[in-house]
This record gives sequence, structure tokens and C-alpha cells, in this order.
Amino acid sequence: MKRKHLLGIQGLDKKEILFILDTAESFREISKREIKKVPTLRGKTLINFFYEPSTRTRTSFEIAGKRLSADVINLSASGSSLVKGETLKDMAKNLEAMNPDILVIRHPCPGTPLFLANIMDCSIINAGDGACEHPTQALLDLFTIREKRGRLEGLKVAIIGDISHSRVARSNFHAMLKLGMKVSIAAPSTMIPPYLERFGVKVFNFMEEAIKDADVIMMLRIQLERQTNNLFPSIREYSRFFCLNPERLKMAKEDVLIMHPGPLNRGVEIDPEVADGPYSIILNQVSNGVAVRMAILYLLSGRSDDDAID
Amino acid sequence: MMLLIKKGRVLDPASKTDDTMDILIKDGKINSIEKNLLAKEKIEVINAKGKLVVPGLIDVHTHLREPGYEYKETIKTGSEAAAAGGFTSIVCMPNTMPVNDNKSVTDFIVAQARNKGIVNVYPVGAATKGQKGEELAEIGELKEAGVVAVSDDGRPVMNSEVMRRILEYTKMFNLPVISHCEDLFLSAEGVMNEGYFSTLLGLKGIPEAAEEVMVARDIALAGLTKGKLHIAHISTKGSLRYIKEAKERGIDVTCEVTPHHLTLTEEYLKEYNTNYKMNPPLRTEENREALLQGLRDGTIDIIASDHAPHEITSKEVEFDHASFGIIGLETTLPLTLRLVHEKVISLKEAIARLTINPSRLLNLNKGSIGIGKDADITIIDLEKEERIDIKKFRSKSKNSPFDGWRLKGVVEKTIVGGRIVFDRAEKG
Repeated sequence: MKRKHLLGIQGLDKKEILFILDTAESFREISKREIKKVPTLRGKTLINFFYEPSTRTRTSFEIAGKRLSADVINLSASGSSLVKGETLKDMAKNLEAMNPDILVIRHPCPGTPLFLANIMDCSIINAGDGACEHPTQALLDLFTIREKRGRLEGLKVAIIGDISHSRVARSNFHAMLKLGMKVSIAAPSTMIPPYLERFGVKVFNFMEEAIKDADVIMMLRIQLERQTNNLFPSIREYSRFFCLNPERLKMAKEDVLIMHPGPLNRGVEIDPEVADGPYSIILNQVSNGVAVRMAILYLLSGRSDDDAID
Repeated sequence: MMLLIKKGRVLDPASKTDDTMDILIKDGKINSIEKNLLAKEKIEVINAKGKLVVPGLIDVHTHLREPGYEYKETIKTGSEAAAAGGFTSIVCMPNTMPVNDNKSVTDFIVAQARNKGIVNVYPVGAATKGQKGEELAEIGELKEAGVVAVSDDGRPVMNSEVMRRILEYTKMFNLPVISHCEDLFLSAEGVMNEGYFSTLLGLKGIPEAAEEVMVARDIALAGLTKGKLHIAHISTKGSLRYIKEAKERGIDVTCEVTPHHLTLTEEYLKEYNTNYKMNPPLRTEENREALLQGLRDGTIDIIASDHAPHEITSKEVEFDHASFGIIGLETTLPLTLRLVHEKVISLKEAIARLTINPSRLLNLNKGSIGIGKDADITIIDLEKEERIDIKKFRSKSKNSPFDGWRLKGVVEKTIVGGRIVFDRAEKG
């Protein structure tokens, strides 16, 4: 793959997305071995810089890096010199002076991965930049859907929840539309960003309309602090209209897949019975996250000998 | 001291002059304007053949940052940038530190301008104490100290009752109120225009309505009070509609637009380049076209730079954290002339919006070439093309998105009170 960075799904084409998914297939098996380690990235240094709290994504990248034998360093904003007033640029330059190979960045400000890519020599992987993108999440979501359904094209996906603030929703609909999937979203009017239809998604206010005949339902986490911004009146009312409960589940296809990027608000956007039920593939998403991230680390660091990958 | 400008194309919208003329300057004033003035001995002669000679340009909206933010700009460097950009008079906003809300700060600015400035500098006083939007500043005394307008600038007066009193109180001093129209609740945390691109980029948007509700409110208050309202840097089609309608109803309202809102759109933000981050934000092409139409039909009275210098460290950060604003003193004229070359507006209309219209708004008695007037004159080469190079800017800050643009129309000489304060021939 002739690509140095993974900044977002927007910059990828269909072929590249499928190539990453195919590559991830071969990495899945490593995590099932007795000795879960291959020497692929031995001698490479991976910095995991998480400016925002994260359990899943940070751990997933760390495990992915370690199973490939990379040296993995974890850095959080509170434990970094940013709290001493150092600018992001200075910090990036200082990290770079220690010659890392890959920097994984999670940051609340959109565009930060590009900012770093412009000033650093190492590969940059976007692990979530504000409301803009979370490309590895979208890739692992696609991987999981394909694993369960055997195909992607033509499938109908409903994404439900706070689209305005969701990088997961954005990366997913960019990717899904590129792969010929049909995307419907449903959210309160206050959480639908402007001109969403222009991207090619169908927009609904009530989730019943979006999940009808859906092959996949992706529930988004509602951030409880949005209530103070008047984006919804109360958790109680949000839940009344936007909780995926067994009753609503009946409106979807019989073999529907239920997804959630986590962390869950049990009983708010997703009923525990549904989250833990037979249609849920939420934990498969997490398992596959490791394989997909291993593939991405491998592809970005091995870009010089891409003949070997083809 | 005498100065003779020979054979230039003298274009003065105020006196409806557009002819090849000679101008004789004596003791800082325009002494005579005639077809063929003979150069007597000991007179400095400028050969302006083939050049455009216009009244010195006036910028009604700049931020000179002094006192308080001298690392961004000073009155000295700002006035040098103005001279290089063809401006002979500039009006500076009160958002300094301390805020220009009392006589002593105004006195300081006036003194600095006299001692270190090379163009005329006119301060704007804060409308309320500390730009807090609560209590009226001592506007009468500010006027005596030299302010030409009042404004709370980038901290719009959210309390409509306070705005009403500002518009009423300024009437007795014949001072215009400059309003930066932005509903701070609607724009809260926004960093760009709200629309397709804010959705794409995941950035918090500032809706057009954030500007328009305040334009509508201020027009209603101007109608109520019969005060003099000037709306700063309008950016939307809707604002124009309100202003046009208000003018038709005879309300005393004027407005300005910046060259960047006439030239750029939100699409430029795609790469998160912080030099496109400004307030009001760059809008859509539809709005840009409406602004061009507003220039053409006369709804927009003035073109102003909104020169907003920022040091590199406040721009070289995450987009969300970057300061708003770009510098404009050295690019406003060529960007305006670009509209002339593209036949959006006539040369006369363009020059009027940079000279006589600003002068009328602020009662400066400038902006025109007439006998007995201050000899503030700008000489322009209309056809010469130049590549914008931020490294050559006189401004202390370099935050301009126009670096590298090739623009036609360059300032040859800037003359303030009969003195040449910028000469392209001497430019390093």
C-alpha cells in the first residue's frame, strides 16, 4: 500500500478499504494462537498518544502493536508536557526527535492528525479526531459485518444517535457509501448536522423508519452532557424515542446485526437484553479491532516492500 | 515643501473626476489641480504617467493591537503596513489591553500615532466600559480625545437595552456606532461556517443566523433611536437583505465588507489551514455572490480590511484553538482591484468604497482630491502584477491566506499630508 498515513476514510478508495480488510483476515489468526506474537514489526516504535480518555481503542492499538513485536509507548494528555503549556507542535517535534515509526493520535480537535502529518516524518494514524473521523473503527465495523454476512455491497445499515458529534458515524457512512452499502440515519433534529443528505445518506427523525428492513443497526453512544446544551430534554425522553429495545428490534430483519462502538449506556440507547442478545456483535467488533489495527500497522510500516503484500 | 504629481490619471469619485491632471501640493494641502502645471525650481516632481492617482485610501476597520499586544502589531508597524497597502488613514478598534474605553487610552493611541505612526490613525472608542456590554463608556470624553466612532467590536453588545442606549447617547456627539453583529449564543464555540463543510470536517459551525439576528435587531434599534448604525464585515445574503430593506425605509445604516469575504469561501478550510479561520467565517459561494451583488447595487458602502494580526504561535495550533482573523492592510487594494479586473465593479465604485464613503461615515473630511484638502494621495499601477509574499509584509504578523497569490494592481506611492510615506521604488 503506497500510503504513509491513515488520516481518515475520506482519503481512501474502495480498493484500499477492501485491501485493508483482506489483510486483516490473515492477522486474526495470530490472536488465537498460544503464543500471540509475530516478529513483523520488531524494532519499530509505536507511540500511542491519547489526548482523550479511551479504553477500547488505546488498548486495541497497544495489543496490536505488541502482538506484532513493536515497542509500544503510551502517552496521555494529562501525563504529557501539554499540561505544562507546551504546544502540540513542539511536543510533536520532540517526539519525532526520538524517531518513532508510527504515531497513533486521539485528539478532541478535528484536523489534528493532518496537522501532525504535515510536520512529522513518521506515519500518523487517526484514532479519532473530534467529530471528524475514526477510520480504524469504521474499518473494524466493516470487517465485522463482512465476517458475519459474507459481503458488504447492497447491505442496508441504520446508524442511530448523535450524528452531529459522532466521528464513528462519519467514518462509517463515508466507508459504507464507498462500498455500495445503503445508509440510513435517525437522530433527534438537534443532532443531525446540516446537509447530511448531500453525502448520500437517508435521514430520519424516528428510528423506526431507519431500522425497517435494516441488515445492520449501529447504535451510537449518547453523551449525557449534551442535555445541558439542550440537544435533548432528558435521558428519559431520549430513551423513549431512541433506545433499541426488543420491541423495536422486531421491526428489523430477522437476522439483523446489532453494533455499538462503545462504551454503552445500558438502558439509555440500548436495552441490556438487546446488547447481550443473540443479534449483538458488539464484542466481535472489539476482537476484530485488534486484527484490523494489526493489518493497518503492518501496511503502513511495510509500505516500502508492498510487493510482498500483493 | 512642495510636491508636483505630473500626468497621472486622477480618479476622484467624490468630485466625479477621471482625467489626466497634474496636482500641486503645498504645505501638506492640495494647492492646485490642473491640466498642465509647470514645475518650478526646487519642487519635487513625481512622474505619474500611466499611473492611477486616487485620494488616499481609508480603512475603517483595523486592529493595531497597541497597547497590550505589541507582539502582534504596533501602531508603528501597523501604520507602515497601511502605507505599503496604499492607506493614508486607518481606524483602529478598541480591543486593546487595556481596552480603549477611556480618555487616557485614547490619548496614548493618539500620541503613539503622532510620534511613531506614518499615516493618520483614528481610534474607535469602546461603547461600554471594558467592552463588557453593561455600562456606557464615557463616550463624550472619548470623542473629545479623538475617537471617530464607538464599538464593542468583537464582543457584541448582547443586551438589546444597552445597545439602544448606545445608539441614543452617541447621537448627541454625532458618532456612528459600529456593530460587529454576532449572537454569541448562536455562535458559541463555532469555528467556521455552519454548512456542508462543517459537517464534512467535523468542526462546530457558526450559522448565518448568528449574524443576521443581530443585524435585524440593530436595524430595529437604529429605527427606534434614529442613531447612526454602521454594520461591520457583513458576510451573508440575509444580512444584506435586511440592510437593503432598512436603507429603503430611510434608516441611517451603512455597512462594510472585507476583501476576503468577497474572494474566498468555506471550501478553503478543507485542509484545516488556520489562516482561513476568521470571524465572521468564510461562507458559501451563494453568500459570496450576494456580497458581490451588494457591492454592485450600492447596498455595501465600504470595503474594509478587518486587519487582524496574530503571531504565528496563535495560528500554528489545532484548528479549534487557533485565533480568528487575518491581516489585510497590504492585500486589500489588490484584492479589490481584482474585482475591478474581473469586471465585478467599476474602478470608480471600488475607489469610492475605499475613500469618500469611509470619510463620510466617520466625518473625516478626507477621501477626496480637492483644492485646500489634506494632501493624502495614493498612486497605483493598475496593470502591474505582483506575487504576494508575506515575508515582505510590513505588518509584524504574517497571518494571510493570500501568500503566493498573483494579483494585478500595486501601490507605487503613498502620500500623507504631502509627505511620501511609502515609495515602491525604495522597497527593499
